Amino acid sequence: MNWLIEIGKAAALCVVVFTFIAISVMVMVYAERKLSAWMQARIGPRHVGPQGLLQLIADTVKLLQKENIVPRQADYLVFSTAPLIVAVAALLDYVVIPLGKVGDTVLIVRDINIGVLYFAAMASLTVIGILTGGWASNNKYSLLGGLRSAAQMVSYEIPLGLSIICVAMLASTLSTVGIVEAQRGRWFIFQAFPFGFFAFVVFIIASTAETNRVPFDLPEAESELIAGYQSEYTGMRFSLFQLGEYGELFGMSAMAVVMFLGGWSGPRPVPPLLWFFIKTYALVFVMIWVRWTYPRFRIDQLLNLSWKFLLPVGLVNILGIGAWLILLR
Amino acid sequence: MLLDWLYVAVFAIVGLVLAGLPLVIVWLLAPRIDYPQKRSTYESGVVPFGQAWAQFNIRYYIFGLVFVVFDVEVIYLYPWAVVFKDLGAFAFVEMVIFLTILMVGLAYAWRKGALEWV
Amino acid sequence: MGKLAVFIILSCVTLIPAVIVVTSRNMVRAALSLVPTFLGVTGLYVTLDAEFVAGIQVLIYAGAITVLILFVIMLTEGGTGLRVRQMNAQTKLGALVAFGMAVVLIAFTTATRWPVKAGTMPRYNAAAVGNAFLTSYALVFEVTSLVLLVSLIGAIIIARREE
Repeated sequence: MNWLIEIGKAAALCVVVFTFIAISVMVMVYAERKLSAWMQARIGPRHVGPQGLLQLIADTVKLLQKENIVPRQADYLVFSTAPLIVAVAALLDYVVIPLGKVGDTVLIVRDINIGVLYFAAMASLTVIGILTGGWASNNKYSLLGGLRSAAQMVSYEIPLGLSIICVAMLASTLSTVGIVEAQRGRWFIFQAFPFGFFAFVVFIIASTAETNRVPFDLPEAESELIAGYQSEYTGMRFSLFQLGEYGELFGMSAMAVVMFLGGWSGPRPVPPLLWFFIKTYALVFVMIWVRWTYPRFRIDQLLNLSWKFLLPVGLVNILGIGAWLILLR
Repeated sequence: MLLDWLYVAVFAIVGLVLAGLPLVIVWLLAPRIDYPQKRSTYESGVVPFGQAWAQFNIRYYIFGLVFVVFDVEVIYLYPWAVVFKDLGAFAFVEMVIFLTILMVGLAYAWRKGALEWV
Repeated sequence: MGKLAVFIILSCVTLIPAVIVVTSRNMVRAALSLVPTFLGVTGLYVTLDAEFVAGIQVLIYAGAITVLILFVIMLTEGGTGLRVRQMNAQTKLGALVAFGMAVVLIAFTTATRWPVKAGTMPRYNAAAVGNAFLTSYALVFEVTSLVLLVSLIGAIIIARREE
């Protein structure tokens, strides 16, 4: 009955990870609101709890009481499945993210051999949820948003994959723990200069696009598409989309830390777990900063950036790292 | 190794349940008051005009096709990248050839305007 | 025993949505049902210790091919929303052919002696595949890139003509 125990353990871990995602999403939404307020010389949430800290809990309670409205013309079944796909795809990303090290044990759900490939694969499932969610609403804005989002996410998956390849070359492994261990001497962002740095930049740009954030937020451009694929979603279904999106944001930032910024490693007195969160939240901060600083791309500019700039840069980058590794031997 | 994927499977199933749980709470808590206007499609306040399910721009399809080809290409790079350090120069030359052929493809797509939106 | 149970579960995960794919009158639902089918096949690859192939299965089939199929459905006139006819005049003939095919396949697979090769799967799939690509199958690997190039050019030509 060994496997029954394992299933129980996995289920318990899943609950833990899900709670972790829910809490970190709340933290990020709060941070986003406070930081955007700060950047725009406003105050932001402040009435619920000290400094508005409990605002997100109040919002969650409110959303739980909201009616689930499904438009008459919508495809009910697909409409209800789509947010679940997005949320679960984000959850599955977290299986391979190593959070830190306590003693000799690495805090990770499972160190899968094909770690980073698994991450890319699970992240790619989000597209299906967004595309079908936009279609099922039978709303013109939703469908346009869903299609745009799908075109954007698939376009940026290629540069994302190419920068993952760069890391795999440097680390000679796909396992996330192995990648962090391989950076013990020097973080990959500083290795093979400047190619390691380029790979990092490509990854960050592509992951911003994958999470549909400004300047790549065409799918939900509120000034032209209301809320894009989310237009018809209300209450908790809407929150599941948000959960997936912010969950993906944290997951992508965490993966950037694992692949380029040495994961949990850092100078001694600060524990590894804390290092990991400092680095990840620093990246999340950068993404929020970018969101409230830059305007939106046009769709042709967005696709040009991916196909005509990031893709060639990614390919040249791989060759550059290859040449660097050979010269070094 | 099988154990790793057992965890993934359990995560997928339990994750679905956990994501569905708030919907159950909503079902218990939220009001259900239905009238025709509420369930009509949102179209900036005007009465919806026709259906959204119509034929769409062929552009999306072209990008989808080009994407699948390049996605497959990236997949071929994964195993190569893992063993690259052990094999060295030969592996590098082999991959330069592989990538050059694909860059010809990219150049062709570029030239033919398959990467243009408008 | 355990392996058999896993196989049966995964087969159900693969086949039940596959039946929906064929029978559903709504094409988007049919395409969406492909996702659990692909994931079930992923599980089957995992039970065969082919972890790398399982990763590809999710990335390419569930993540890319499904999106492409959805694009195609949403692009074709009347493809979405419209309820297409599921049956035509040749239903009976088709069922007969399918049944005969199934009988032949089952007969052959059970009658054939499958040679069991000694040895185990390498624990580290991706590296093993990479080594094979770069040593014994180097030429095949390069030809693959030509195949990809041809398919890219073909795709562009076909899509252009339709425009």
